Amino acid sequence: MLNFAGQLINLFAAMLLLISFAMLSQRRVLSLINLFALQGLVLAVSTTVVAYSSNQHHLYYSAGLTLLLKVLVLPWILHRLIRKLNVKWDVETMFNIPTTMLVGIVLVVFAFNLAAPISQMAGTITRGTLGIAMACVLLSFLMMITRSKAVPQVIGFLAMENGLFFAATSTSYGMPMVVELGIALDVLIGMFILGIFFFQIRETFDSLDLKHMEKLKED
Amino acid sequence: MNSLLLQLIQDALVVLIAPLLLGWVNQCRAWLQNRSGAGVLQPYRNLIKLFHKDAVLANNASPLFRATPYILFASMWLAASLVPVIATDLPLSQAVDVIALVGIFALARVFISLAAMDVGTSFGTMGARREMLVGFLAEPALLMVFFTAATISHSTSLVTIVETLAHKQFVIYPSLAFAAIAFVMVMLAENARIPVDNPATHLELTMIHEAMILEYSARHLALIEWASALKLLAYFTIACALFMPWGIAEVGNLAALPVALLALFIKLLLGGAGLALLETVTAKMRIFRVPEFMGTAFLLAVLGMLIHFLLGS
Amino acid sequence: MTIASTLLPIDVALGAVVCWLLLGLAGLLLQNTMAITRYIFPAGALAALLLAAAALSNLGGDSNVAVLPLGLPDLPFHLRLDALSAFFLLLLGAASVGISLYSAGYFRDMEGSALGLLCFEYHIFLASMALVFMADDAYLFMVAWETMALSSYFLVTTDHHVAQTRRAGFLYLLIAHIGAIAILLSFGVMQGGQGDYTFASMRDAHLNAFWASATFLLALFGFGAKAGILPLHVWLPEAHPAAPSPISAMMSGIMLKTAIYGILRVSFDLLDTPQWWWGALALTLGLLTALYGVLFAAVQTDMKRLLAYSSIENIGIILTGIGLAIVFHSFQKEALAALALTAALYHSFNHAFMKGLLFLGTGSVLHATGERNLGKLGGLIHRMPKLALLVLVGTLALAGLPPLNGFVSEWLLLQAFLLSPGLPHSYLNMLIPIAAAALALAAALAGYVMVKFYGVIFLGQPRGSDVVGQKAFDDVHDVGIWERIGLTWLALGCILLGVFPVFFILHIDFVSQLLVGHTLGVSAAQTGWLWLTPIQPERASYSPLILFVIIIVGVLFTLYGVKKFYHGRLRRGPAWDCGYPEQTARMQDTAEGFGQPIRQIFQLFFGITREVPGPFDKKPHYHGETSDRLWEWCYLPIARLTDKISALTGKLQHGRIHAYLLYSFVTLLALLAFVR
Repeated sequence: MLNFAGQLINLFAAMLLLISFAMLSQRRVLSLINLFALQGLVLAVSTTVVAYSSNQHHLYYSAGLTLLLKVLVLPWILHRLIRKLNVKWDVETMFNIPTTMLVGIVLVVFAFNLAAPISQMAGTITRGTLGIAMACVLLSFLMMITRSKAVPQVIGFLAMENGLFFAATSTSYGMPMVVELGIALDVLIGMFILGIFFFQIRETFDSLDLKHMEKLKED
Repeated sequence: MNSLLLQLIQDALVVLIAPLLLGWVNQCRAWLQNRSGAGVLQPYRNLIKLFHKDAVLANNASPLFRATPYILFASMWLAASLVPVIATDLPLSQAVDVIALVGIFALARVFISLAAMDVGTSFGTMGARREMLVGFLAEPALLMVFFTAATISHSTSLVTIVETLAHKQFVIYPSLAFAAIAFVMVMLAENARIPVDNPATHLELTMIHEAMILEYSARHLALIEWASALKLLAYFTIACALFMPWGIAEVGNLAALPVALLALFIKLLLGGAGLALLETVTAKMRIFRVPEFMGTAFLLAVLGMLIHFLLGS
Repeated sequence: MTIASTLLPIDVALGAVVCWLLLGLAGLLLQNTMAITRYIFPAGALAALLLAAAALSNLGGDSNVAVLPLGLPDLPFHLRLDALSAFFLLLLGAASVGISLYSAGYFRDMEGSALGLLCFEYHIFLASMALVFMADDAYLFMVAWETMALSSYFLVTTDHHVAQTRRAGFLYLLIAHIGAIAILLSFGVMQGGQGDYTFASMRDAHLNAFWASATFLLALFGFGAKAGILPLHVWLPEAHPAAPSPISAMMSGIMLKTAIYGILRVSFDLLDTPQWWWGALALTLGLLTALYGVLFAAVQTDMKRLLAYSSIENIGIILTGIGLAIVFHSFQKEALAALALTAALYHSFNHAFMKGLLFLGTGSVLHATGERNLGKLGGLIHRMPKLALLVLVGTLALAGLPPLNGFVSEWLLLQAFLLSPGLPHSYLNMLIPIAAAALALAAALAGYVMVKFYGVIFLGQPRGSDVVGQKAFDDVHDVGIWERIGLTWLALGCILLGVFPVFFILHIDFVSQLLVGHTLGVSAAQTGWLWLTPIQPERASYSPLILFVIIIVGVLFTLYGVKKFYHGRLRRGPAWDCGYPEQTARMQDTAEGFGQPIRQIFQLFFGITREVPGPFDKKPHYHGETSDRLWEWCYLPIARLTDKISALTGKLQHGRIHAYLLYSFVTLLALLAFVR
């Protein structure tokens, strides 16, 4: 049996997965953003717990950074973005939601089997969670595939990064601080650039539906 | 002998407080919607009023139609009285494990649906069809929720499940988080609550449960309403047993009973308020969305069980 | 020594078979409706009872063998009665008692010569099934198997003047023969090149993994064709409705179990080392079959087709249990294998009773109204209350509701899933919860199907106002005495199997002892016959009798309380229906309407063709049809390929004798060159 911190981290891992599934089954952009913020929060808390239980001080900074960036700044930008772009309505999904979730379950099983050998090698207290982290990454990918509008895709992209981050903390107590800072900056800048792209896309096609991008190909 | 006595106490307790719980939920809803409400005792008054009335039966109602309220009431009473609520020392819980409990719910559902089709009105059959639609996804979801708890405690007996979850050292089960969400969704659907159904309206396009019992009146209707209250109570006590079993009295420990009773009341108060809040903040779904909602619940429950197998905890 | 003590159970069983053959002949010769219905069918039921008694007495005993000097010279028929055979003979005997008694009443309106023929085929069918269960060599097995297929083919095509029936019969015969070829091949592989086709030598032939797997796959295919496993299920929904109802009951309730018997015999008895993936394959196929069957059952509009699809579902559930048992057996978890096997066997037995009961019930409805289409029935509970009550038992049992028998076997199977500990294979481990979920879904959908079945036929108002089917509603009469006895026998079986499972499991234990070397009964009975506790009492226990009694007591107590403290005053009035005044019987859901949600949700699986009336049509016309997609995906390509090949071969045909002689000559030369 794991100690209390280990159980907590397992719980947070399960919550992350739960939120990933919730995002997969969510039709509304606003709720999607809120779920994304919640995912960031869970991630920050779980990183703090890992930091506390393993005495890795640099993880506290990571947790703080996550909190600042993914719970406050990015959701705020996204909220502003959709207000500006006025795209609050329901998201069209390409497949119906139970089918997507069924595929999601298959992905989870796949991810766990994939992660099983790696988890055996990892020496951290939280090695069982690597599978969940991988599943989160795959699920976010799936979400990007199944949504036709631009904003949910970006959220999927950001959620994927969350999964990667969780994988890093759970298996090897995080990446070096420099790398983490770099990624954080990357995500932020990427967000800005994508935001600008949104405006451009809408200027051109009068919609954020990415189906219109098909017109760009040369005949 | 002690356990038999406890069983009888619980039988009496559940059948008496079930309408109270319903009244409490309705009262909370009223408060949340800025109404003063009819008071927590209103369901009792309704029941008494209905029992006093003369029953009116449709001309072509068959014996099945008349028998159904009694079968429904008896099976819901059984369901409510075998969930360990105040003590784990219940003989009935040995006779009926969680799979059989799901079976009893299914039995009640099949009978009420058949009765709804009996008179042969348009609304009745529509209600039966919708009820079965909700049911065929809710039943496996509920079963999977139970299975998650059963794999944790290596038993399908409710007594063992509750004992494992309540009396061992404190352990967090991530799989139960999934199960809990799935359970809440099933509970909303099975008890005809918003967002799946609205117990307060007779609107043709949306009603499920009410459409089925349109033809019932007087004592038959009273029994059905009472059975619904018992069903709600059963779901609440199942939730207590699976997700917050603390405070329940152990086998042979009669001194712990008052504490257990108090704990139960607090849990029900909080749970009822929570349900009212949930119902107030969500909107009624279109009927076509219901399969999706129930499908999500089912898959979440399956996922919970998978997580248990995967995390090995 | 008296004769009774030297008379082995197998001799008694053979006696019953001979009885059936003689009765069939007598029917053929007599051709008198009165005599056949009054005497021959009840006598057949007695023979069935005898067979059941012999099988029951031998379940726990040693296996008996007998050699009949019949068949070809030097190739006598070997017979053997071990626990597995005895179990299925018990099933055959017990279920056919009810069906034969019912037939005594059902066929009373049939014309003498046709009935004589039917009586002959019917008893040959029964006898051949008994011989299939008793055969101890491949030769007798195949002879009995083919006799069974042929006799049932003739029974299916009883109404041969209907084109659809002929088509259904042809399809059945075709698939039955493809299956038989696969079974024959499987036996051929299994005897391991020794040339000895007795089962005893097959047991001794230790095949390597490859040949054993080939045998298993061939057997699964061959027996699957008979059982209706996906994608070989297509004949079932055609043949079952075409046959007269007692025949449908027999085919669905008993004949499908011969295939289950075959799968069990091959995979547990004749092959010695099961591979885990056989089990995984059977499990997956079983679940797919179960889900597919129940989904299609939910959208049917013909009551017998609905039951046929439901049979597919139940076969799927049984196969799931067998698959699980093979998985456990291959990982040496014998206690769990015994649990899964018990569930499968229990469900086989249950299904014979429930489906027999329901098919016979539809027979009575058909007899009384002349209508199979659910859309034209309704309200029959008022005209046929006794039938309605008996069918209700079967309906609830098939819906898998406690405290009836369908629930017990599902309970056991779910327990087997639930108690499966970590298997040494990670994907398989994760398959288990998902499979349990799929099984639960199928079981819940069965409830949907049964509510539709019962609700549309018996409840509500007759959908043609005063007409139900081809008769005026008031002219419909309840079932006669013989039918009622047969139905009651099966309904009682459903109740007793549901309420006293432990007694029955103690009998199944002999089979699981034989097949997997472990029993359930020791643990099932350790807390007394009242409690069903497959592993340990604190892990799982179920007491259907207590449940049953408590529900009854609860109902009576409530009834008493209400009458005592209030009153029982009752008035009758028109239906309320939200105050809508102009309701007609046509406003009820039809069978199609009731299945609409399923059709909508699982659209992907159905081929749906619909003609919907426009808003301005003067004579609105609606037509909807739901077809099986596997036809176009699986069978039509094969049919097209066959057509193409036969067109190619057709080119060889000139009609000139010289050309044909040339072909023979060339073949002869080629063969001579080959054997040189």
